[in-house]
Amino acid sequence: MTTHTSALAATRNLQSVLKPLPLWRRRLRRLLGYRGLMLGAVMLGVIVLAAIFAPLLAPYDPYSQDVSQRLIPPLWHSLGSWEHVLGTDKLGRDYLSRLIFGARVSLLIGFASALISGVIGTTLGVLAGYFGGRVDAFISYVITTRLAMPVVLVALAMASLVGGSLHVVIILLGLLLWDRFAVVTRSATQQLRNAEFITAAKAVGASTPYILLREILPNIMSALIVVMTLEMAHAILLEATLSFLGLGVQPPTPSWGLMVAEGKSYMFFKPWVIVIPGVALALLVLAINLVGDGLRDINAPDGRN
Amino acid sequence: MLLYILRRLMIALCVAVTVSVVSFSLLHLSGDLATAIAGPEASASQVEEVRVQFGLNRPLTTQYVEWLEHAVQLDFGKSFYFQDQVINMVAERLPITLKLGGISLLLAIVVAIPLGVLAALYRDTWIDRIALVIAVVGQAMPSFWFGLTLILLFSVTLHWLPVSGNERWQNFVLPALALGYYAMPAMMRLTRSGMLEVLNADYIRTARAKGISKYKVIFKHALRNAIIPVVALAAVELGFMLGGSVVIESVYSMQGLGQLAWDAISRNDYPVVQAVVLIIAMFYIGLTFLADVINALLDPRMRTSTGKS
Repeated sequence: MTTHTSALAATRNLQSVLKPLPLWRRRLRRLLGYRGLMLGAVMLGVIVLAAIFAPLLAPYDPYSQDVSQRLIPPLWHSLGSWEHVLGTDKLGRDYLSRLIFGARVSLLIGFASALISGVIGTTLGVLAGYFGGRVDAFISYVITTRLAMPVVLVALAMASLVGGSLHVVIILLGLLLWDRFAVVTRSATQQLRNAEFITAAKAVGASTPYILLREILPNIMSALIVVMTLEMAHAILLEATLSFLGLGVQPPTPSWGLMVAEGKSYMFFKPWVIVIPGVALALLVLAINLVGDGLRDINAPDGRN
Repeated sequence: MLLYILRRLMIALCVAVTVSVVSFSLLHLSGDLATAIAGPEASASQVEEVRVQFGLNRPLTTQYVEWLEHAVQLDFGKSFYFQDQVINMVAERLPITLKLGGISLLLAIVVAIPLGVLAALYRDTWIDRIALVIAVVGQAMPSFWFGLTLILLFSVTLHWLPVSGNERWQNFVLPALALGYYAMPAMMRLTRSGMLEVLNADYIRTARAKGISKYKVIFKHALRNAIIPVVALAAVELGFMLGGSVVIESVYSMQGLGQLAWDAISRNDYPVVQAVVLIIAMFYIGLTFLADVINALLDPRMRTSTGKS
C-alpha cells in the first residue's frame, strides 16, 4: 500500500529527523519560522530610515526640473548613467530623489490614517465586545453598514468634492478603514470580558473606563498591532490608488501612486517610469505585511488566521 | 431555517436603507453640489440658478425622501450631464462589470482552493512556501500597477492580448487576472487554515482509521467543511471587486460601471454617482445575504449562532 505515505506521514518523518538534535534544531526552526518577520522588519527599517533622512540621501532636489534632462533611463539601461541612478521623469526631475521623498508620503499617510481608524475602530470594538447586548447589536450593525459601502468609490467621490490633498486623503482613509479594527477588537474583548482579572477589577471597585483602558486595552494590544500593520498597508495601497486616479496627493508632491500616473503615458516606450515606483510600493506593502503576518504567527503559532 | 432567513433579510434591508442615507449625506455634506456643478467661473447668481434648477435649495431630508421614493422603483433621475435616464446608463454598463467580476472571482477560486489545499496537505514544505510567496506578492502589489505591468508584458512585449477595450473576450483576460490576483490570497489562506483545522479533527482521524482512501477523506470529508468560510469570503470578495472595478476599468478603458462612476465623479454628475454607489452596495448586501443562507444550508450549526457581522 504505497498510498499510505500521506502528508501526516511526511510531517512525522520530519519530526523523527528533529529528534536527535532537539534544542538547537528547534531554535533554528523558530528563527527560520520568523524569517518573514525579520526580512519584513529589515526592509521596513531601510524604507523608514530613507524617509527620515531623505534630505541627506536624495542626490537632487525632488522638485527641481530640468527640461534638458527629460526621461533619462536608469543605470542598468544602456543609455543610463551614474548621474541619475534611477533616471529622470518627464520634467527632468531625478527619479531616485522623488522615490526617496515619496516614501515619506506613503509612510505618513499609512501611519496617520491607520492611527485615526485605529482609534475609531478600537473604541467601537471594545465597547461592543465589553457591553454586549444592545450596544453590541448596534455597533455590529454600524460595522455591517460600513462594510457594505464601496470604499474606493465613496473615497473618490468625496475627494473629488473636497479636493484631493495629503490631509484630505489621511482623513478620508482614517474615517473609512476602521472596520477591521472594530471586528478584531470586538471579538478579542468578548473573550476577555469574563476573565478572572476583569471580575477581580470589578470586585475592588474599578470604574468602567479604568477597566476598559487599563485592563482590556493592554491585553488586546498584540492583536491591535497586527491589525494596525495590515491597515497601514491597506491605506498605503489606497492612497496610491487615489493618487493614481488624480484625486489623492496632488502634483508636484512626490507620491509613488502619482509617479505611476505621471509615467503612464510614457510607459510603452519607457517602461521603467512605472516599474520603479510600482516596485517601491509593492516592496513597502510587502515589508509591512510580512511584519504583520510574523507578529500574528507569534501570537497564534498554530498557523491560523 | 425560514426564521433565520427572514431575520437575515430584515437586517439586509435595514443596512441597504442606512447605506443609502449615509452615502446620500456624505455626498451632500462633502461640499456644495451647486458650486461644483456650476463650475469655478460661475457667478453667485448662476450658482443660485443651478441650485434651484436641480432642486438643491430644498432641505436635505426632503431631497433624500424624494430620491429614495424614486430609487426603490429603480428610477434614479436624469444625469446632470447627459440628460439621459441614469438607470439606462447603468443598465448599459452593468453587464460588463458583472462579467469582469465574475471571471475574476472564478479565476481567483480556481487558483486559491487547490493551492490552499496543497499548502495545507504539504504544510511547511516547499509547496507551502511557494503558495505563501504567491499570496504575499498578490497582496502587496497595487492592482492598478499590476494591471499596467500585465499590459506591458502581454500586450506591448508579447502582443498576445489587446491593451484596452471590452468588445471581445480577449479584453477580459488581463483585467480579470489583475482583479483576481488581488482577491486570491485571502481565499487561499482561508482554505489553507480551514484545511489544517479540519485535518486535525477527530472525525477525519476516524475516517482514516476506517480505511477510507486518503483522497476520499481529503475531498469528501475535509474539503467540504473547510470550504464553508471560503464561500462567505468569495461573496464578500465579489462585492469588493465590483467596487474596486473603478480602478481596473480605468486602467483598461473598459466601459463598465466603474468607469461610469469615475466619469460621473469627474463631471460632478451626482445622480449617477449616487446610483452606482447604491447599486454596488446592494450587490454586496445581496451577496453577503446569499452567503449567509448558503452557509446555513451547508452547516446547520450556524443557524443557531447569532452569526457574525
